[in-house]
Parts: sequence; structure tokens; C-alpha cells
Amino acid sequence: MTAATIQRNRPSGFRISKRVLPYVLSLPALLVCIGILIPFLTSVVYSFQRYRLSQPWARQVNWGDNYISFFTDPKFWNTLKVSLLYAGTTVVLELLLGLAIALLLQKRSTLNNFISIMLLMPLMTAPALAALMWKLMTNPGFGVLSYLASLIGLQDFRWASSPSTALFTVVLVDIWVYTPFIMILLLAGLRSLPTQPFEAAALDGVPRSFVFFRITLPMLTPYILTATLFRLLDSIQQFDIIYAMTQGGPGDTLTVFQVEAYLNFFQSTNVGRSAALMIILWAITYFLSNIFIKNWLRLRERARGQA
Amino acid sequence: MHEKEKDLIDAFLRGQVDRRGLIKGLGAMGLAAGTAGTLLNLGQTRALAADFDWQAHKGKTIKLLLNKHPYADAMIADLENFKKLTGMNVVYDVFPEDVYFDKVTAALSASSPEYDAFMTGAYMTWTYGPAGWITDLNEWIKDPAKTNPNYAWDDILPGVKSSCAWNGKPGGALGSEDAKQWCIPWAFEQNNITYNKGMFDKAGVGVPGNLDEMITTAAKLQKDIGSGVYGIGVRGSRSWATIHPGFLSAYSNFNEKDLTVSADGKLSAAMNTAGSKAFHAKWVQMIQESGPKDWSTYTWYQVGTDLGAGASAMIFDADCLGYFMNGGDNKMAGKLAYAAFTANPEAKASTPNIWIWSLAMSNFSKDKDATWYFLQWASGPEHGLFGATKMDFVDPVRQSVWKDEMFREKLNKSYPGYVEMFDASAAGASIKFTAQPLFFDLTTEWAATLQKMVAKEVPVDEGLDKLAESINGQLREAGLG
Repeated sequence: MTAATIQRNRPSGFRISKRVLPYVLSLPALLVCIGILIPFLTSVVYSFQRYRLSQPWARQVNWGDNYISFFTDPKFWNTLKVSLLYAGTTVVLELLLGLAIALLLQKRSTLNNFISIMLLMPLMTAPALAALMWKLMTNPGFGVLSYLASLIGLQDFRWASSPSTALFTVVLVDIWVYTPFIMILLLAGLRSLPTQPFEAAALDGVPRSFVFFRITLPMLTPYILTATLFRLLDSIQQFDIIYAMTQGGPGDTLTVFQVEAYLNFFQSTNVGRSAALMIILWAITYFLSNIFIKNWLRLRERARGQA
Repeated sequence: MHEKEKDLIDAFLRGQVDRRGLIKGLGAMGLAAGTAGTLLNLGQTRALAADFDWQAHKGKTIKLLLNKHPYADAMIADLENFKKLTGMNVVYDVFPEDVYFDKVTAALSASSPEYDAFMTGAYMTWTYGPAGWITDLNEWIKDPAKTNPNYAWDDILPGVKSSCAWNGKPGGALGSEDAKQWCIPWAFEQNNITYNKGMFDKAGVGVPGNLDEMITTAAKLQKDIGSGVYGIGVRGSRSWATIHPGFLSAYSNFNEKDLTVSADGKLSAAMNTAGSKAFHAKWVQMIQESGPKDWSTYTWYQVGTDLGAGASAMIFDADCLGYFMNGGDNKMAGKLAYAAFTANPEAKASTPNIWIWSLAMSNFSKDKDATWYFLQWASGPEHGLFGATKMDFVDPVRQSVWKDEMFREKLNKSYPGYVEMFDASAAGASIKFTAQPLFFDLTTEWAATLQKMVAKEVPVDEGLDKLAESINGQLREAGLG
């Protein structure tokens, strides 16, 4: 095909100047951003209003009153504490468990591949359904877990219905559902690590614990950070498991951000307070994401420098 | 239709022959029950159409939002009659109760014209009404041009009817002169005792006559029956739904209130009076001693299924829950009995708080007149009788349906004691809460406090004082206190 042919076949009406082209290319991203920003900015506006659907006549801008009332309310600090505790506990435990399972399944074999696929099953279960399933299993009358607990001497273990064990129970469900996510991410990381450092260490007779802490773990850190970031952001916004199992109870034991915001909007129709809670949650997740992303970038830079 | 059969049905519809006589007569003419029912429906449709222009909105379609419930099933089963009567079409969406009210809130708060009418509870109208999401139905009820002369509005139980009417003023009395009829009562639930006869006999106990007796009876049942059976089932989840059934029915029987309304219309918490504290202490003791171990997760579903499965000896909850557990595939089907409950030994009668499944009209409906045609048919005496006698429309709101011999016989035959229970408490049945827009905030917090008291996280006195303080703060913040 000659240059003249190409010239002839080029459509004449769709010429975009080089100055405009970058804006056109970024248009889809801009549209997505607008789709996210409009509800976000609406929430920000609502959060500065006294806005209850059942009292439309009382709607007015109250500036920071919603936030001030939260910061002076012990119930809000309990919500913050429970949310962070829940997120921290689930992420740490899931990370430890996920890493341990990934290490066990690191070697490629038919059995390991089969097990890793089977372990993904809980991740395919909707969290709300998983919570209902666990609710049945922990029923003191006929639940299999209550029966097993009684075998080890825990005759009257109340699981999610007691303030002292409710957090433990929902954390257990979260671990069951989400550990496979961490496991699969870290397994992919482990299997993609270069083999040379490990072969060299084996030749030098380096102890396995040294290899793990000085070679495997540092090289796996970007994967761990990514998995942690995803899980932390998801975990601090947990709703389904907690609401399906306890509705935030007993008492105020599990009134995490999302449960509080949901109840404020759908039960109390208090749009202002619900929006303010969501904005505070957004600020927390933004702060945490920044820390993780900065660390992740720092590690990437260090890896490039070493290369 | 043959003339003799037609005459007999017409005589029934004119009130000259009772239902028993009608069925007997049709039987003598060699008609099977199914055929007789069909003929009766045809006759009723004809009678309805005789005095009123039911075809005024012929060709129009309305859309309903329904909760998955036996009452909705009864209505759906009878929809063809409405379509034939009016020439209208009806479409509907049915959602399970777990998400139903979220769906209603989402649709109404978005001013969506998708649904013309929907099922609701009276408590919800305290939010929907002031928000401008639903219509005051007095405009239609009181308009003879739009309402069938045989609609018999006054046939609806007065306490139930007035419970669905509120003037929109926080603390305003339900059913007051200036009240708006936010919804039409459809069927309701009284909170009374349903108990396992066999277990009561085995433990040698009678039906408790007041709260103290309920506490001791439940404890004795739990001790004597054994096998993990607990004494009494009541709701305990962190939700408004824990407060409104047995708990508030007993509480109000002691003349205790949720809120106090001052002369200038300001509201304040009334849960920390001496009487309220004494009541709470007893209620908490009862749950601690004889309630389910995981009480704090109990909704109506667990309360009901435990009774049906023989895991509890009695419940103090919605009467229809006891009805449904006494049939079907339930292990205890046919073994349950019913009793009205008067918690206060000094009270003369039972005064149950009630849940009312009602029908409301969306303010965003595109054709309110057509929607009203559906509402008046669905809440009318004919459909009520159809649901009560042929389906599981257990607690109809119409007095005429409760007087119907076939309905009473149906209940007496399969659910002994149900009618007596209803008769004993219907007169005192009404909503005992103070109508105000923070209903869900306050009752959810009340339930959370109850959970803390049962879990011994906080003593009853201290818990109620803190609850009252918090509620007063919320009322002030909302400009109500």
C-alpha cells in the first residue's frame, strides 16, 4: 500500500488537533470522576445541613453542627473505636493466616492448585449470606459450632449475642470470608518472586527462618501492602456481616460507621447526620490510603534503586 | 348461573340469609364448595358494581409495592376479581421484609412515581406523612362520588382506624379531630400469649395472669421441661421491632408512657419514672432467667420458629405469629393455644399495642383517583371476608368479618382459643406510642439499652436515666423537646 493510498483512505472529518487530543483522551476518566464527585459533593453539602426527611420544614444549613455533635458524643467515639478495632483485628489476622496458607501452597502441584481453588469458595459467598450461615452455626440450640464449643467445655458460649464475644464472632466470619483474598494475592506474589536469591541462600546453607525474614518477606512487602490496603479499606467500611448478625448490637458493641450511617438514613431518615458520618469515614480511609500508597511508592523506588 | 342459585346468593348479599345458610343451600343444590365460592365471588362482584361506578377508571394501570406476607398473598389471590370489577390492571413488586422498608424509603424519598400504593405500618407514616410522601386519604374517604356507598368505613375497628390517623403534630393524639388519614388499616396484629399446651400440662402450670406470674411460669417451664426448651420467647434485636410487640403491650398496661407531652406541646422522655424502672427490672429478669440464650439477635422470625419447633414454651408476641406456627409443617402444629394477656394485676383488661399492616397512597402517584379505587376495594368488606375465609388473612380490621360465622368457625376449628383471645383484647388494642417523627431513633436506642441491661452491662436504673437523657437531647436537637 502506497503513501498516496493511505492519504486517500484517511477520514477527513475527524482531525483532532494535538492541543485538544489529551483532553479528549481523558474525557472518559473525567466523566467517571463527575459520576463520583457529584454524589460526593452532594454528601458534603448535606453533611453541613440539619436535614431530616421527616421534618422537611426544619431543613437548614447548620454548618458544622453535625460534626460538632459527633465529636462531643461518646457514642461516636465508640463507633470510631469499634470500626478501627474491627478493621485492625481482621486485617492483621487475615494477613497472618493468608500468608501462612500461601506459604504452604507456594510449591506448584496439582494438589496445591486444587486446594487454593477450593479455599476461594468463601470469597464467592455473599458476606450477608455467610453471616446468616454463621448465625445458624452459632445458634445455642442447634448450631454445630455451639455444639463443638460445648465439647471443649464452653457450655454457655453466646457468640454474637453477648457483648463480650460479639466482636470475636463477627471477626471470625470476616476471616472466613476474606482470608482467601489475602491468600490468593500473596500466593501470586510468592510464585512470581525471582528464584536466584533463594537458590543462593540454599547453596550457602542459610537457615529457613533467615530466608523468610530477610529475603521472602522484604520481597513480598509490596504484595502485602497492596493486600493490606484493599482489606483495610473494605474492612473499615464493613456493613453486611455485622448488620446481618447483630444489627450493631448487643447494646452499642458493634455500631461501626456503616451500620450507624445506614440506621441514620434508612431508619431515622436523618440525611445530615448520615452524610456527616460518611464524610468522616471517607476522611479516615483517605488518610489510611495515603499512608499505604506513600509506603508502597517508597518501596517501589527503593526496588528500582537496587535494580 | 341458575335462577335458584342466583336468588340464594342475592339473598345472602342483601343480608337475608347468613353465610351458613348460603353454603347449606348451595350444597343442597348439588354445588361443590369450589363452585359455590366462584358463584359467590361473581355475585359479590355484581353486588359491588350495582351501586357504584367501578368502571370509571377502566383501562388504567396502577402499580403496587408489596411486602412478602400472607396478607399480600391473600390480596394477590383475589386481584382478578378487582380487575373484572373495574376493568383496571394492577401490577406489583413484592420484596422480602428485610429489605422492604428500605425499598419504600428509597422510592418515596426519590419522589418516584413508579408506585401508586404500597403496604406500610402506621409507625412509618409518622415519617412519610410529614415528609409529604403520602396522601391524606380523608379526601377520598369522605367523597361519596369517589367511594363506594357500601365501603362501610365505620365497620373498621375504631382503635385500629384511629391509630392510622395523625394530625402531624409531634405528640398529637392519634385519631384526633384534625387528624389526617395517612393510611387505611388492612389487617393488624395484637400482642398476646401463644403457648404450648403440652408443655404447660407437663409442668402443671396455667396461663399467666400478669407479669409476675409470667416470670414465674416461664422459669418453671424452663426448669421442668428441660431438653434445652426455654420458658418465654420475646424479641431482642437492636431494633424498634423489639419494643413494639410484647414489651410495649405490657409496659402500657401499667400505664407507663414512652414520652410525656407538655402543655406547650414539648416532648420529653418518660422511661425513667419509678414505675417504668420497676417494669424494666422485671422484664429484664424474665429474659435473663427464661429467655433464649441469644435473645439479643431475636426478631419475630426466631421467636416464631422456636415456638413452632418446640424450642420455647410460650411467646408474648404477635397473635398471628402464633397462628402461623400452629399450622403448616411446624413440629408443634395443632399443639398451640392462645390467651389474651393483662400484665398489670390491677388492670381490668388486656391493652395490646398493635402493628397494623396498612395501605397508603404515594403522593407521587400519577393517578390518585384510580389508586383510591384499588385501595377501597382492597380494604373493603368483600375482600376482607375473602381473605379471612379463604386465605390466611388472620387479623382483619373489619368488625363485620370478625362477626362472620364461617370465619369464626374456621378459627375455632383449627385454632382453638384464637377468637376468644381476640375478643378479650380487641377493645383495648391500639398504638400506645406517642406519634412523633423520631420514633425509629428513640425505639432503636431503647432496644439497645434493653440489650445492655439484659447483658448486665448497665444496671436498670442507670440505663434508663442515661436513655432518658439521650432521648431528651435528641428531642431538643430536633426542636421537639
